[in-house]
Formats: sequence, C-alpha cells, structure tokens
Amino acid sequence: MQFETVIGLEVHAQLLTKTKIFCSCSTEFGAPPNTHTCPVCLGMPGVLPVLNRTVVEYAMKMALATHCRILPRCRFARKNYFYPDLPKGYQISQYELPLGVDGWLEIETEEGTRRIGITRIHMEEDAGKLVHDETQPVSYVDFNRTGVPLIEIVSEPDMRSPEEAAAYLRTLRDILRYLEICDGNMEEGSFRCDANISLRPVGSSEFGTKTELKNMNSFRNVQRALEFEVRRQRALLEKGQAIVQETRLWDAGRGVTVSMRGKEEAHDYRYFPDPDLVPVEIDEAWVEQVRSSLPELPDAKRERFVRQYDLPAYDARVLTASKDLADYFEAAVAAFPQPKTVSNWIMSELMRELKRDEREIEDCPVPPAHLAELLQLMDRNVISGKIAKSVFKEMYETGASAKAIVEAKGLEQVTDEGAIEAVVREVLAENPKEVESFRQGKEKLLGFFVGQVMKKTRGKANPKLVNEMLLKALKG
Amino acid sequence: MAGLHELTIHETRGALLRKEASVTEVVTAYLERIEELDKSLNSYLTVLADQALEQARAYDSGTLPLQDKPLGGVPLALKDVLCTQGVRTTCGSRILENFIPPFDATAVARLKENGAILLGKTNMDEFAMGSSNENSAYGPVRNPWDMERVPGGSSGGSAAAVAADLCAGALGTDTGGSIRQPASFCGVVGMKPTYGRVSRYGLVAFASSLDQIGPITKDVRDAALLLQVVAGHDPRDSTCLEQPVGDLQARLDEPIRGMTLGIPKEYFVEGMDPEVARAMEEAFAVFRDLGARLVEISLPHTDYGVAAYYIIAPAEASSNLARYDGVKYGFRKQEARDLLTMYRESRNLGFGAEVKRRIMLGTYSLSAGYYDAYYRKASQVRTLIKQDFIQAFDNCDAIIAPVVPTPAFKIGEKTQDPLQMYLSDVLTLPASLAGIPGISVPCGHTSGGLPVGLQVLGPHFGEAVVLQLAHNFEKNTDHGNKKPSFP
Repeated sequence: MQFETVIGLEVHAQLLTKTKIFCSCSTEFGAPPNTHTCPVCLGMPGVLPVLNRTVVEYAMKMALATHCRILPRCRFARKNYFYPDLPKGYQISQYELPLGVDGWLEIETEEGTRRIGITRIHMEEDAGKLVHDETQPVSYVDFNRTGVPLIEIVSEPDMRSPEEAAAYLRTLRDILRYLEICDGNMEEGSFRCDANISLRPVGSSEFGTKTELKNMNSFRNVQRALEFEVRRQRALLEKGQAIVQETRLWDAGRGVTVSMRGKEEAHDYRYFPDPDLVPVEIDEAWVEQVRSSLPELPDAKRERFVRQYDLPAYDARVLTASKDLADYFEAAVAAFPQPKTVSNWIMSELMRELKRDEREIEDCPVPPAHLAELLQLMDRNVISGKIAKSVFKEMYETGASAKAIVEAKGLEQVTDEGAIEAVVREVLAENPKEVESFRQGKEKLLGFFVGQVMKKTRGKANPKLVNEMLLKALKG
Repeated sequence: MAGLHELTIHETRGALLRKEASVTEVVTAYLERIEELDKSLNSYLTVLADQALEQARAYDSGTLPLQDKPLGGVPLALKDVLCTQGVRTTCGSRILENFIPPFDATAVARLKENGAILLGKTNMDEFAMGSSNENSAYGPVRNPWDMERVPGGSSGGSAAAVAADLCAGALGTDTGGSIRQPASFCGVVGMKPTYGRVSRYGLVAFASSLDQIGPITKDVRDAALLLQVVAGHDPRDSTCLEQPVGDLQARLDEPIRGMTLGIPKEYFVEGMDPEVARAMEEAFAVFRDLGARLVEISLPHTDYGVAAYYIIAPAEASSNLARYDGVKYGFRKQEARDLLTMYRESRNLGFGAEVKRRIMLGTYSLSAGYYDAYYRKASQVRTLIKQDFIQAFDNCDAIIAPVVPTPAFKIGEKTQDPLQMYLSDVLTLPASLAGIPGISVPCGHTSGGLPVGLQVLGPHFGEAVVLQLAHNFEKNTDHGNKKPSFP
C-alpha cells in the first residue's frame, strides 16, 4: 500500500525583548545561574505578573507576517503541571483565546510553491533549566530563563514529507529573523520544534494515529527524526500493526525515536483563564501601527531583487534566504553597481567559503565594502579575474582589504604596452617553429603564445593586451 | 480618658498630636496587652515588639516626623497572608512556617510610607481558607466575647485582635467574606472594597479573582482612613483599578435622608437566628428614622452563590498553591527517594486538611471533561450574580442585610461538617463574586452577649456611600461602643 505522510509542527520561538514577559528581569543568555531573577519570575508567594507590551507587539509582527487574523481580545491562561523548573507550578500561556489564528506561509519545494496553514500563534513564558550534577544525586535549577517570552506557532497538518517540514521550519525561521524578533538558534534553544506525524493510505481523507516527536535540536535532526518515524510507522502499518499514540524522543546519537510517554500518561494541564492578568485588547489602530512597522519580508524582497537588480529568480531566492545575506548583497551593490557580478561572487566564492567553515553571513570576515573593492579592481583591469579569486581567498582568511593584498603582493596587472611588447618579442624569439606554424595558418597556437607570456609575467599581464599585441606581432 | 489601647486610630492620632501620649506609651500599652492576653486568644502569630518599640522611640525623639503622615505612630496588625519584608509570613500554614519574604506587599508598603507601626502578624485560617480560624496550623483563635467560640474567619486573628484592643486597627483579606464575617462575629468594623481597589501585590493568593485586602477597625472612620491609605492603582497588579479613589472620609457625616436602601428578600434565609433577625429589624428602623427609604429587592441568583464560589475559589486555589512544592522555599520533606515523593510528602505534611480538600476540589473541577460542567458554568453563574447586583443598584443606592445568619458558633461545632461551615458564608459570598464593596458594622448583641453585624453593600466603586451609610448608622447607635468583658 502507498502511504502519505502527514506532518504538523509546533514551534517555540524565544523573543528578543530586553526584559522578561511578566517582570523586568533581563533576558540575556548565558549569565551565571539565578542572577536574572526576581520574586516575580521566581514565583514567590504573593507576586503578580505584569505583561510586557513589547512581547505583544513582537508576537503581532509574526502573526501579521504569517497572515494570521489577530483577535481583538486575547487572554492568558494557566497551564498547570509540576516540574522543578516551573516555579509557580503552572506556565502562563494562552489557550482559548490566542493572539492570532488562521494564518499561512508559503514554502518552496521541488514541486513548486506550497502553502502551509498556521492554526494559531500564542504568547507564553519559558521555563527554567535543570542542571544535573553528574557526580552526586543532586539537580540544580537555573531560573534565568524562567519568564523569557516565547511565541508558539502551531501549523496545520499540511506538510507531506520531512523535506517539506524542514522547508517550513527554515521559512519560519527566516521570517522571525527578518522581523528581528528571534535569533532562530536551534542549538541554543531559542528556536525549538516538536512534530506531530502520522501516515495514511494515499487518497484517504482521515488522519492516521499520530506520534509526537520531541528533542530535535537542529534542522538536520528534525528531518532525520521525521524520516526515521516515517520508516518506523510504515513498517508497522505494513505488518498490519497499529500505531500507538504517544510522545517519542529523538535520540540523535542512535538515530532513532524512543517512546517517552503514552496517551494515558499525558498531562491534563487543567487550563483556565489566568485571573492575575486582564484580557489583552488589540484594536485596529494598534494592528495597523505594528503592520506599518513590519520590515520587507522574504517574499517581497525576492520579488524586488528580480525587479530592481534584474537578477534571475534563482539568484534572488538564494540571496534573500536570510536578511543578513540580502543586506550584504545590497551593501556590496551600493558600492559596486553591477548586481549580477556581485550576485555571482556571493553565490559562488563567498558562500563556498562560508559553507566550508559553517559560518553565517553575519560572521563573514569579508565585509561588503571589501568585496565591492575587489570587484572594482577587477573591473578596472587592475587585476585579472583569476587573480581576483585568489585575492578573495586571502581576504577571507586574513580579513585584509583587496587593495592591501594586491599592493603587498604586487599583483597589479601589467598594462604597460612597452613591457608587454618586450615579453611578446622574447616569446616569439624563443619559439621560431611555432611562429612559423602560426603564420602558415595554425591559428589556434595563439593560446600557446598567450600562455607563454602569462607565464613570464606570472599571470599579471592584462590578457586583453597580451592577445592584441601577440596578434599584431604575429600577423604584422 | 480611656486606656490608650481602647483608642481608635483617629483618636490615637489626636492623642499623639496633642502630646497626651507618646508613641512609646501607645505601643507599650498594646505590647503589654498582647503579652497578657494573647496566650489565651492566640490572635498573633508574630509580634514585632523590638521593631515597633524602636520605631516608636524614633517618633518620640523626633527622628521620624509624626505630623504629616496620616498613620504616624499608629500601631497596626497585619493578617499573616500579607508579605512583609524580612518578617516571616506563614499564611497560617506549616508549609510557609519559615518563609521570610524579600519584599513588602504594596498595601504594607503604603502603611509604612504613611507612618504606621507594624505590631505583628495575625493568625488566620490556612491560606485564608476557612470561616472559623480553626484551620490555622498554629491553633485556633478565640473570640474575645466568648472564649469557647470562634472569631470567624479567615481574618479571625485580625478581627479578634481589634476587638480585644490588641492593636489600633488591622488589615485583613476577604475572598468570600473573610473580613466581614469575622468582623460581625467579633463586633468590629470590617470592610471589603471593590475588587481591584487595593493592590493584591504581596497578598499571598488564595483565589485571585476574589481576594481583596481591607481594613478591620474599631469604627467606620478608621476603616475609611485605613482604606484611603492602601487603596489606589498599583502598576504591579494588572487587576488593580485605575479609577481614582476619591476622598473616602468626605461624605462620612453627610446625612442619608432620601437615600433608597434595598433589602434583598433572599438574604433572610431559613435557619436564620431569630436574634439576628431582630437585630436586623432594629437596624432597619434606625435607617428609616434617619430618613432613608427601605425597599425590598430581589437578587434571584443568590442561592447559587455558594455553589459557584466553591467551584471558582478552589479551582484558582489549586493552581495558586501549586508553587508550594518543596523546591524553592517553605517546607520540604527531606530525603525523599525521588521527585514525585518529595512533592507528595512535602505537600501532604505541609498543608492542612481543608487546604488539601480545596486543592482536590479545584483540581477536579478544572480537569479535562469537567471544565465545562463546573468551572465554565460557575463563571457564567458568577456573571448572573453580578448582574443581579447591577440591576438592583438601578433601584437603590445601597443594600442592607445581615452579614451571617447566626452569631459566632462554638469552636469544634462545625469542623466535622464542611458544608455547614461553607454555609456560614452564604450572605457574604455573592458580593465577593460580584466584586462589589461591602462592610460589616456592629448592629446589636444577642441575649448571650454575642455581637451581630449589619452588612452594607454598595455598587462597584461605591466605597464612599457604603462608608457614609455605615458611619451614619454607627453614629446613631451605640453597638460599636460595647467592649467584650474579656477579661
């Protein structure tokens, strides 16, 4: 039997506000344990939460960027469960009335553009972190992360393959980063993903029994875990066995998912409206104010790149994959207004180096101005294209500017006609047989003469001049 | 002149400003009385003798100015559910036996800013859950009018301390009647303001949508004075109202002639003590004599108040009390073999029976499959009860009614029957659910000498009219002047 995969994702994104969602403690990552805490985020008796309005604005940005409808009145609810990293014994989240509902975004797949529905986006607080002492049976709690604002983005079960799920995740992260509301770092946990996955016979409109996957801390792992789960579920179904509805943990080391808890052990979170917080009223004016503050989003930027810079659609898509990359491109073009040349260099030379180092564009040692300068040198025939590539490598390794490298190494092209002519004469004199053959019509020997001249000038002679002068000498 | 301990807050202020007494003398009078009487009364859990005396000396030496602060030099008591920086705050519970808050509740901070001296923290039903003060982990409080009887609850310690002149005034908290009911049982004035009038920041939560801080005092003027100090917007509490409080004392002496007072027929319940009924009739006559028009009104959903309250309050409590898990502060069962056992044992040993009962009730009613039938339904009933009042206030300026159908009952009388205990709140719960202000003011005594309270309820933000009516009543009767013979 042919099976169709059905995937829905729940994504938690940490918002980049300066302070926590319900108190004024810093959200800074990596501080010594329990230094960014106060009675409110520690859940001491008698304290009350006060909503950070910036969190609402950030969440609204994401809701608007993903075409969600923003509810005029949303409210916070308590999600009740016991865990030592949850100081109040409940998490303040949203339940019946989330911030935004019914959105969508588009992803690029091999079959073209697909629209993925977004069920809801809501605001909530993060929990703390447990630190286990490996040498004794003791665990510590670090409450620095407690109360850091999160949005949860719940998709419709619209994805049909692990690749689509990965594409959706990347698109979601791109939008969050474009909006500058989340740094999207899966390894550090500021961007987290749980997946619901089930299989069903192709053509069926009913959903199969799903499992929920957790503990996938990279894009790669999300895709691997889903791929494993597709295989696992398919094998069971093909043997005529039932899928157990359960939560499974991804074990990246072993490359398998393992059962964590079944349906019976699932928590009953006893959601109810948080009586400590009043409903959040969002009027049209506020929505419009936030809408007008939205930056250009990936889709719009891609279209503009095609229009404004006359780039192929492929180039535009690659360059707008991240806002930082797009900004890099635009900064370089501003200094060197030949968009296609800049695009070629970014997509080939620059991205090859970054990929090899697993670096992000924001950590690129070659600033856009340096790249532009290099391209100018090439454009003005100060260096050849071939030299430019080796200069770029050195720029990337040392961070030095193109000019500095070219000057220090004496890499300027020789454009002095007298100097080139002297070398041409030398080469012709040294190769009388080839000169003879050329003159008898074997014109493809020109390449041989060019090579000889370049060899003698260590590649620095302007290739165009060399060609011209050789032809003149041979034919004249 | 009466003993210093007998003075009201405003009388104490007068005596201090006229230099008839020093602050040290006032504080010492209370401390000596606490020392002498509270062993049997058990109204205080913590007495801040040294701190209070030190502050008194600072006033007397002129280090602290006495003049311009409305509560300068006045010794007050706080229900032990209000967080006090550096002073343990137990909530009447074993689980918070050694909890020392690192901050002051907003109401406490405002008392301090206005010059009050904190005498101590008063006993209460554990986490404010109870109507008799028998649910305290630190033993029951006794009623100064009859040591065999309860002072009411949950602010029983505050009410008893005020009644026995162990402080000039006190703060209590009211969730379903926990200020008004003990005030009625102890023959003092107790006021629950409009929900949101006083910041709840630092009030350890029982049921967040109902809890309000209010004054328990020797007379109505003191209630207005104390409420004035603690009321008003606080950015730390999102449910605290922005509406200006206004001058709560301005209308106290204005006559009430021409006002219309509603008497809800549903409040004269079966089983009402005939002596309470008689006291009510006499109170109504006083209002008629003062020129008020009395009309019968109906609050048709009154009957559902107890049921709605005992769904909503425990539901919120089950969540509010989840933080007492032994992880961060408070009691922890040591050497539990695993996390779950630590949770279970810490909470099992740390909480008393009534608290556990309500946590179970609330957990159940919020559970999947029961939420709609219980919590959601109760919230809807709550809205109906609120509408009852809003409609009633279209036809009257305020409502007058009994506070409790009976006078104080005996210690142990109702402990075996939680439902009977819950029913003692039947006349105070509706106003809590509706969020309207209410006061209990003494309106007589039974033949056995037990005080009876009259309840005045006003519309939302109607503190001034409630205080005006209560003050007019108080001025024209002498029920509040009686003191318990204790000892």
